[in-house]
This record gives sequence, C-alpha cells and structure tokens, in this order.
Amino acid sequence: MSRPRLSGACIAVLRRDLILAWRRRSDIAMPVLYALIVTMLFPFALGPEDTLLQRIAGGVILVTILLAMLLALDAMFASDIEDGSLEQLVLAPQPLALMLGMKILAHWLTTALPLIVIAPLLAAMLHLPAAVIPVLLLALLLVTPLISLFGGVLVALTAGTRRSGMLLALMLLPLCVPALIFAAGAVAAAQQGLPWLAPISWLAAVLVLAVVLAPLACAAALRIALDC
Amino acid sequence: MTVAAAAVPLLEARALSFYRQDEPVFAPLDFQLHAGELALVEGDNGSGKTTLLRMLAGLLHVAIGELHWRGAPLQRDTCAGEILFLGHQLGLKTDLSPRENLRVAAGLCGCREGSTVEGALAEIGLRGYEDEPVRRLSAGQRKRAALARLLLLPATLWLLDEPYANLDRHGIALVNGLLENHTAAGGVALVTSHGAVSFHGGEPRHIRMHS
Repeated sequence: MSRPRLSGACIAVLRRDLILAWRRRSDIAMPVLYALIVTMLFPFALGPEDTLLQRIAGGVILVTILLAMLLALDAMFASDIEDGSLEQLVLAPQPLALMLGMKILAHWLTTALPLIVIAPLLAAMLHLPAAVIPVLLLALLLVTPLISLFGGVLVALTAGTRRSGMLLALMLLPLCVPALIFAAGAVAAAQQGLPWLAPISWLAAVLVLAVVLAPLACAAALRIALDC
Repeated sequence: MTVAAAAVPLLEARALSFYRQDEPVFAPLDFQLHAGELALVEGDNGSGKTTLLRMLAGLLHVAIGELHWRGAPLQRDTCAGEILFLGHQLGLKTDLSPRENLRVAAGLCGCREGSTVEGALAEIGLRGYEDEPVRRLSAGQRKRAALARLLLLPATLWLLDEPYANLDRHGIALVNGLLENHTAAGGVALVTSHGAVSFHGGEPRHIRMHS
C-alpha cells in the first residue's frame, strides 16, 4: 500500500481546481471584465480631468478589484458541497486545513491574479503616475490574498445556508474595510511622495496571520456545515 | 493474529441513535462487525440509513450512543484513511474525466498495492471512456466511475449508500464481486439497498433501522 504523501495531496487538489477553472474560463473572465468596465466608466462620469482622476485612481482601483473578487467568492466551495467532493476531501487522511488552503490558493490564482495583471492597465486609464504603480501592485498582492482568506472562512461559515450571497457580502464588508484603508493609504502616501512602507508592513503582518489561521477556521466551519 | 485481537470487533455500535430537532431519526442500534463481515442496512425511505452511514463515516457528530473502531472510540485520526464512503453525491467533478477524478482521489488517499488508475477504470467497465468528461457519461457510467475508487483506494471499512442504483445487471454483479473480494481480504462493508442483493460470500448480516 502506497501511503498518500502530503505534497502529492496538495498538488492533486491544487491541480484539480486549476484544471476546473481552466475548463470554465468564461467564469474567470467575468471579474476581469467587470473591473475593466467599472474603471472605464469613471472618466466618462467624472470628466477627463487629470488631477481629479489621479486623486481617486488608487481608491477606485482597489474598490473595483475588491468588488470584482466578491463576485467570484461564493463559488469557492458551492460546487464541492453540491457534488460531494467536499465529503471526500474531509474523509481523506490529510489535514483538512491544508487542503482547504490549497483550494483558497487556487481560487486566488484564478480570480485575483488576473485582476492584478490588468491593474496597471486600470491605473493607466485613470492617469495614475507610473511611479506609484509598483506600490499599487504591492498593495494588491497583499490585500487580495487577505480577501480570499477572509472570504474562504465566511463562505465556509455560510455554506449550509441557502442564498448566502447577501449574508456573505454583509459579513465580509467590515473585514475588508481595514485592509482597504491600509492599502489605499499606502498608495496615497506614495502618490504624495511620503513613506509608504508602514501600511504595507501592517498588511503583510495581517496576511501572515491570516495564512496560518484562516484555513484552520475554514476547516472547522466546513466540518460544522457538513454536520447536519 | 492473537485470539484477543480476533475477538475485538472492527466496528461496534452501542445504543447508537440520532435525533434531528428532538425527533428520533432511528431507534437505538446495537451491532458488531468483525473482519470479513458484510452488513446490509435495511429500512424504509427516511428511516435514517444514509444518516447512519454518514455517522459511521465521521461526517455526522455522534451525540447519543457509542461507536468503537478496533476497540477504541471512533475518532477522526484513529480511522483516517481506513474508511471509504460512497454517498448519493458521487464526489465526481463533472468537468473532469473519470481518469482525472480518480487521480485526485489517489493523490488524496493513496493507492492500494498493485492497483493503478488505468487498471481500476478498465476493471470497472469504463474502458474507452477514461478521458470523456463525467458530465457526458450516463448515470450508470458515473456510478461506475465513483465505484472505481473501491478498486483503487486502500480502506478497511466500506460505507456504500445505494451502490446498486443506476447499475445494469453486469454492474450489480461487479459490485457483488467487489464486496466478496473485499470481505475475503478481511475488510468490512456496510451497504444500504432497496433491491434484492445476492451476495455469494455467505449470508450477510442485517441491520434493521426499525426495531
């Protein structure tokens, strides 16, 4: 009998979710299109005034990407619960938290990463100075995994309930606000030529905590969701 | 194997019952299963057969009564990897092929000695359908794709919820053959079924959900 290896199991879960996302490419495209359209509409609504657009650019991009991620969030475990894959994952002789961490990683790779890739384009549309773009990307690289991890826990908590979308948005909002404030603060500071490292460090610290704790909370919540 | 080890049942339930919103789902159950035994769980619709299997799998919390596995209380880590549960939801991703689905299962739970994904799929009767998305397979073929796990994964306790549903006559014979081999090798299986089961490896035990 060949013992299942931890690394092999992690790769199996990650690979499966990435293949599934690739087979449903149009679902990945949705948040990207949404972010593009929203950012494109701002200059039309506010007028093509450089100084105004520059001032709001950082905040608009962060909020748009956060909302675009919300669109894809509640699908994180829904299909797995429906087709019984989650039961099989729970029963596998592997640490559930780590397996769910892999699922969250796959979710981040398929929803947040495309958004980060188009972020420079969004920044250009709103005339954000090129020097600020690296700070924006750094802030996004720290904020988006945080949203995925918080979202993962909340999706797991609301997994048993029907029409959990509303509840999810309501619960995620207060968790996102501090992250958003720090990220927007870093971008604004960089734009004014002030030091921006402090808010970025705070985000990084919270991310480290969330990477460790969120999958554990997620596993506990999903076990409860299945236990009914 | 010593006499003492042989005497300890693999699975033992004592006064096991389950309440949903203060309504008893099934009456207190007592049963013992020793290595090589097969049990048929019998009962009407809604009598709690699936609930019992989910409890034995560890998906449902045991609130009333006791469950013992190899003489020790059944806990998540004492029986990790020894239980194979096949429920109504087959646990297959419909966008993946049977081969890909089975590879994920093998990655998570490991493989039995000498078994391969290809071999399991051929034996279960899905030769030629290995790379077809599960979504395009018939209900019976999907069932077979899920049953292929029985051939591939190492497990001592099989919990099969309606394994015969959607299967043709050959499929039913195939499942009976799998159960025979499993119990002959010292495994234990609990099977729920409405249909008549013709099990050739001796008389199966019966667990009635209603006393």
